[in-house]
Amino acid sequence: MERKFIEYDFGRVDSERMRLNVGPQHPSTHGVLRLEIELEGEIVTDVIPHIGYLHRCFEKYCEQMQYPQVIPYIDRLDYIASMNNEWPFVMGVEKMMNIQVPERVEYIRVIFAELNRIANHQIAVATFGMDAGAFTPFLYLFRDREMILNLFEHTSGARLLYNYFWVGGLAHDVPPNFKDTALNIIKTVRATNEEVMRLLMGNKIFVERTVKVGILPADVAINFACSGPVLRGSGVEWDLRKAQPYSIYDRFDFNVCVGSNEIGVIGDSWNRNIVRMNEMEQSCRIIEQAIAQMPNEGDVREKFPKKVRPPKGEIYCSAENPKGELGFYLVADGGNKPFRLKSRPTSFVNLAVLPEICKGYMVADLILILGSIDIVLGEVDR
Amino acid sequence: MLVQEIYDNLKEKFPEAVLEFIGTATGDPSTVVDAGQIYNICKYLRDQDGLEFDYLALLSGMDYKDKFGTVYHLYSLKYKHRFVIKTYLPKEDPSLPSVERIWKTANWHEREAYDMFGIKFENHPNMIRILCPYDWEGYPLRKDYVGQETYHGVRIPV
Repeated sequence: MERKFIEYDFGRVDSERMRLNVGPQHPSTHGVLRLEIELEGEIVTDVIPHIGYLHRCFEKYCEQMQYPQVIPYIDRLDYIASMNNEWPFVMGVEKMMNIQVPERVEYIRVIFAELNRIANHQIAVATFGMDAGAFTPFLYLFRDREMILNLFEHTSGARLLYNYFWVGGLAHDVPPNFKDTALNIIKTVRATNEEVMRLLMGNKIFVERTVKVGILPADVAINFACSGPVLRGSGVEWDLRKAQPYSIYDRFDFNVCVGSNEIGVIGDSWNRNIVRMNEMEQSCRIIEQAIAQMPNEGDVREKFPKKVRPPKGEIYCSAENPKGELGFYLVADGGNKPFRLKSRPTSFVNLAVLPEICKGYMVADLILILGSIDIVLGEVDR
Repeated sequence: MLVQEIYDNLKEKFPEAVLEFIGTATGDPSTVVDAGQIYNICKYLRDQDGLEFDYLALLSGMDYKDKFGTVYHLYSLKYKHRFVIKTYLPKEDPSLPSVERIWKTANWHEREAYDMFGIKFENHPNMIRILCPYDWEGYPLRKDYVGQETYHGVRIPV
């Protein structure tokens, strides 16, 4: 059948600049985030994020809670990577109180943190694919994530908000079939990742949508203190697990994944996403090594202090979260409650770079760029 | 470079503005500087060869009950060293120069410090609240904060 083309002659159309609200209730903004955007035709000329819709002043709460009671509040910051969230706080308190946690606890913490990193990246890649219109990888990745959450639920009793890392140890020991389950998860994750690489990352439509969109140069990324896949996608090799090795990360052999010019250019949305895909593989490697080295026997609660009462002083303790650097600046006055607890929220810092990188792109690309930064509004607003 | 060496370097360059070195048995040592000179000191720390603190990890506002303050946690990605700067501010009308032109990330952190403590940053391009509603009264993280009773006619539960 012959296609008919209908031609219109509008002449030259002058458009005025228009201001538009995206959100706060919009499915593609990943939560309650309002973006005030200025448009010329369909080109974005300015973006102003308005945040704070979920603000609950978590830092004020922490000043009224005893140290162990703070941990559940920290879970609720970045609620899809709670294991990682708890770690820097617990580590900071342990450093101040001079507690050396047992080997076995360190290994279990590493394994759970890396499993949670995989779960977080699965969500990030899946929802990013959905922003670009790919629905199938979303289902595959969420199916696998369920296995990780089942293990977490079996261990800690909760699917999302674990309260599992405690000062001096862990809340419970791991279940008896823990090692086999973890190895089984890795096997499945690797198989699915291979599939997703072909289905999503190599997909022509996806590549056309994401390559050369939202380019973030390395110097801008550093100036905005971006971290995690956003910084590494721009080609900066900065990973706290390597740069300032904490816990036992210096015992494992793994690579820091950075963006490349292989497909697209360094710092575009595609590169940020491929960094996440590659990091999942590195996490699998760390888990394998940790399971092989982990001691079988040991009490995970033997180093619990009788009273959690750090001496007067202050510490900034940070860890590499799936989304970037999460840190806690803890000021203790010798009492059983923190004098001040200031978090360095990863998503909050990474979101600040958004206005810088989406000027000059289409409105539809704006949603993609926001998806590629991978924010969680619970952490942005605190 | 060790923290002590960085401190000596800084003390040599700004003998009057660098006030005190706080070393603690537990936790991170920090350096107290004059709040009025914070812009010059930060610019020196970023641009000087051998220091090159190009990464502002965290900027926090503080309420020490008898005074306010700000704390800057700095990294250098190249040399992988860390440094902590502090300033102390008076209880009445606390203000100090902004470092937004040195590290862009300070923009939102400074807005947050203003939102929570009422610390004003001079030469900041957009000194408005960020987390609380724009017409909120008071500064929530101050130690003597008393919350407002109603907001637009709606009672706020305590």
